[in-house]
Amino acid sequence: MKILVSAKRVSDPNARLAISSDGRWIEGDVEYVMNYFCENAIECALQLAEEHGDIETIALGIGDADETARFVRQGALARGIDRGIVVEADEQSTDSDLIARVYAAVVARESPDVVLIGKQAVDGDSNQVGQLLAEYLGWPQATFASKVEIADGELIVTREVDGGLETLAVSTPCVVTADLRLNEPRFAPLAGIMKAKKKPLDSLTLDDLDLGDAAPKVRVVQMAAPSGRKAGALVKDVDELIARLRGEARVI
Amino acid sequence: MAKVLVVADHDKGALKKITLNTITLARQIVAAQGGSFDVCVLGSGVGAVAQAVAGYGAAAVHVADHADLAHPIAAPWAKVIADLARATGATVVCMAAGSTGKDILPRVAVRLQAGMASDVVEVVQTAAGLGYRRPMWAGNLMGDVVVDTPVQVVSVRASAFDAAEAAGPSPIVPFPADPQLTGARARFVSLDGVTSSRPDLAEAATVVAGGRGLKDRFAQITEPLADVLGAAIGASRAAVDDGFAPNDFQIGQTGKVVAPQLYFAIAISGAVQHLAGMKNSKVIVAINKNADEPIFKVADYGLVADAFAVVPELVSKIKALRA
Repeated sequence: MKILVSAKRVSDPNARLAISSDGRWIEGDVEYVMNYFCENAIECALQLAEEHGDIETIALGIGDADETARFVRQGALARGIDRGIVVEADEQSTDSDLIARVYAAVVARESPDVVLIGKQAVDGDSNQVGQLLAEYLGWPQATFASKVEIADGELIVTREVDGGLETLAVSTPCVVTADLRLNEPRFAPLAGIMKAKKKPLDSLTLDDLDLGDAAPKVRVVQMAAPSGRKAGALVKDVDELIARLRGEARVI
Repeated sequence: MAKVLVVADHDKGALKKITLNTITLARQIVAAQGGSFDVCVLGSGVGAVAQAVAGYGAAAVHVADHADLAHPIAAPWAKVIADLARATGATVVCMAAGSTGKDILPRVAVRLQAGMASDVVEVVQTAAGLGYRRPMWAGNLMGDVVVDTPVQVVSVRASAFDAAEAAGPSPIVPFPADPQLTGARARFVSLDGVTSSRPDLAEAATVVAGGRGLKDRFAQITEPLADVLGAAIGASRAAVDDGFAPNDFQIGQTGKVVAPQLYFAIAISGAVQHLAGMKNSKVIVAINKNADEPIFKVADYGLVADAFAVVPELVSKIKALRA
């Protein structure tokens, strides 16, 4: 079995973000982290490989060539993923659709049985790539996974949905998107960091993948800070809280 | 001229209110561009849902009733929605950004060669035409996006739009759904659902949310307050991760996004991720024993106190008022 996992570098949403002068992206001293959900996807691939053996794991990163390569090595290969692929692309001029088409092109080259993708990237927060990819490939999907098991040529996936926990049986090949409670991502062991330096890492460009039209379908034209919310007042006790919720706010 | 297709959300034979919030976005697009909107209902035995949504001014309510659509499995649902979009000449396809809409709509977009805007909170006019405002970076930035394709797909943050008021009746039109797909499949196995007499978290006027600090007394503290206020119960990610509350309670950028009239944050610190899911609530009350927690920066009323002591006191005093 072969599993392709996502390894996306994101600018840390908890850090201070400055909007670029053209208003269309962020700039300045940006801190980058591995996308949280990709860490869950990577951990899931590693656990399935450890449990079942005979599973090859491949991490895909898309973005600035050098920085993405560094993230794929440190965040995926050092943790135990077998090899990596980096596709060079300008993050600001890609959208979810283009990323999904890059994935589809890599899938055509690698023929994985399962693609495990973080459910969303915590920069754009679109939550689209896994589903777009599944449709481009004509594969079934199980999104927002909190548990993944392999059984008789299909995956049994528990999903976090609005009404509780849903279980789907999905035949392979398929796309699974990882949610936060899928697992607790491991730290890379020191030996892993040394080993990662010697693991294969292919570098590709969008031209190599022959995507045809590489134009995005969705463009950010203007970014702004959200309207803020002012801190209100501290109340001294329960009686004052009730009085103000009834009197001023009129909500109880 | 716009032709908007709204995909209805429903559960256990009842229309979900988030559909009405989505209809409001459809009406806004129609108001800006002219045209009309349709609603479609997919499922098995969904006549009552169609009836329920037929009083909101849609030009038509299309019903795709088929045994294979009983559960919202993404691939067959996406096929039928895309078929409906083509049949009705839709220029915009939208659905609430709940777990069903998030799962299915991107597949619809691929089928229609459409671009998709996720989790839209506002319809905006941009220099490049009609655009959609949406939160990015966990709500720390708002982005206005334009979709450069003839058909656009939009998932809608329901809490950002008022529920549509009732309007003229709509004809109910059966649609000959063909959900059959060749090749690999996903099969529904089970739903471990929480049955609750409380209102749906996404629809509740009052939400009582608890944090990790409540520990194994999470239910003991939050439930009596929710009962007395007729509120839904929510939780921070930390409380869910540690097993004190079920997953579908989670409020935050990666959980549910709510904007009730009244929000109680009890023993919740107010991490960015959580604030992204509740900061548009009308009135926020924070109860936390640590005055330095960031939740107090967004709260209208803060009470620095031990939740285990003051929440039961709050419950008994509200009860006494109503007695």
